[in-house]
Amino acid sequence: METPLTNNISPGKEPPDLRQYENGGGYAAVRKALRMAPAEVMALVEESNLRGRGGAGFPTAQKWSFVPMGNDAPRPKYLICNADEMEPGTFKDRLLLEGNPHQLIEGMIVSAYTVQADVAYIFLRWAYKLAAERLESAIVEAYRQGYLGKNILGSEYSLELYLHVSAGRYICGEETALLNALEGKRANPRAKPPYPQVSGLWGKPTIVNNVETLCNVPHIVNRGAAWFKNLSRGANGGTKLYGVSGRVKNPGLWELPMGTSIREILEEHAGGMRDGYRFRGLLPGGASTDFVVADQLDVAMDFDSMQAAGSRLGTGTMIILDDKTCPVGMLLNLEHFFAQESCGWCTPCWSGLSWIEQILQRLEEGSGQSSDLERLQSHARLLGPGHTFCALAPGAAEPLQSGLKHFGDDFDRHIHEKRCPWR
Amino acid sequence: MLSEQEKQQIEAKVQHYPNKRALCLEALKIVQEHRGWVTDEGIADVAEALQLTPAELEGMATFYNMIFRKPVGKHVILLCDSVSCWIMGYERLREHLTTRLGIGLGETSADQRFTLLPNVCLGACDHAPVMMIDNAHYQDLDPGKIDEIIAMYRQEDIAR
Repeated sequence: METPLTNNISPGKEPPDLRQYENGGGYAAVRKALRMAPAEVMALVEESNLRGRGGAGFPTAQKWSFVPMGNDAPRPKYLICNADEMEPGTFKDRLLLEGNPHQLIEGMIVSAYTVQADVAYIFLRWAYKLAAERLESAIVEAYRQGYLGKNILGSEYSLELYLHVSAGRYICGEETALLNALEGKRANPRAKPPYPQVSGLWGKPTIVNNVETLCNVPHIVNRGAAWFKNLSRGANGGTKLYGVSGRVKNPGLWELPMGTSIREILEEHAGGMRDGYRFRGLLPGGASTDFVVADQLDVAMDFDSMQAAGSRLGTGTMIILDDKTCPVGMLLNLEHFFAQESCGWCTPCWSGLSWIEQILQRLEEGSGQSSDLERLQSHARLLGPGHTFCALAPGAAEPLQSGLKHFGDDFDRHIHEKRCPWR
Repeated sequence: MLSEQEKQQIEAKVQHYPNKRALCLEALKIVQEHRGWVTDEGIADVAEALQLTPAELEGMATFYNMIFRKPVGKHVILLCDSVSCWIMGYERLREHLTTRLGIGLGETSADQRFTLLPNVCLGACDHAPVMMIDNAHYQDLDPGKIDEIIAMYRQEDIAR
């Protein structure tokens, strides 16, 4: 089984420096891409079927294809790496950032070349201090070696790359809110259209890609689209970093073929439930995905299969709900997070989520009524797609609506017993 | 007035961005690093340096949660309260820390040594529950381990 993303990563150890990275074949993709036309690199990535690993699963090459090209294109064009990993339960990009910063930089150079970007930023969350340190020194090394800056490796292509460390707030991970944050404004999302590819950072064409997405690019350039597609078990190509947290025997993170089943990840890699705990359900890809329950464990963890199963792959990092944890309490925790992190821009989000939190609070405390469940349902509908500028609100609705569906009996017990049965 | 060091650190990032506004969060972080928190004077100093209004900076400072507009203790404890840590025992740790330090969330201990803040997911969910103190991450926590870590900070402060 091939693990291109994590091959050079030894958790707990120093990441490969420039020399070690080059000795392992590093920066070969930059050399190769610079000899190709940008359109050829784009075609290769398109053929590979690479889809965004930040959670939405949008085809990467298609996203890139909206960037205006040619001499008339507005300048400068920007490429941004979204390294604002803050989705609760998600800890995958951190491994790539800390474990092999040169891989990300190489992916950014190749991707930036493909859309002919002039400036690139890594938008990093403040909490990842070690990643910041390691990225800083890798960027210096890459400049020194001529992989960044003017006329990269003697070519016509130039790229400046900067690390931008944020100052908190989940909303910054939203593509257009991130642009505002980077411009030195409050991180409120922007109306789309215009899409960032046409009018993004400072009104210029801008691509925002996730860390894991960008880290795949050098391998696709080096090894080809067919190789990439063959890494996976289904139609969605490549490998995927899958994580598991909660009361399992062996919580962790693994690079596996895209399309590995939930059951295999949960049982073979995470070792199954800890002794004395039974499985109740899981959020497959972070806080903003729909619950998956026991009869869905054979679903493949890829974009299409998870969607067909009524959930989303999201970030691919699962959070396990066990039988000794209260599902209502868990939903209260999740919706508290979303209410707190709402940026305050759209009414269904800032107003609706605080009501949802209050209703869940009283249900959890045993003072809720049956009519509260209908209220929650109607709030979940109001948070749905199309009612807000960004996906934070629909994301908050996903665990809520699926939690109400799967754990209705647990809600009823809170209402009838007038207390939380778990406390 | 910004100190020479603050000015230099801000100046070092100027070329990263096409305008000064984009520097404002970085500048607030630099001021906070030197002064412990961002005072009204700090807001005014950064506003002057970047040619923004104090109100614009206030809007930034109050939006981003890692900018402190109130005094904090010598060490800031960020206890993760997101879902994986909640499942793995956040409430027990919160009780333990608030009792141990004699403060609630958002408060600073009487000796000005610790400020306790809840924080969203710190990205180490396979080692939940977790917290950060200043720039350091602590994982797989339980009350005993927390006592050891707090004692270590107390000792280091006294030794200094």
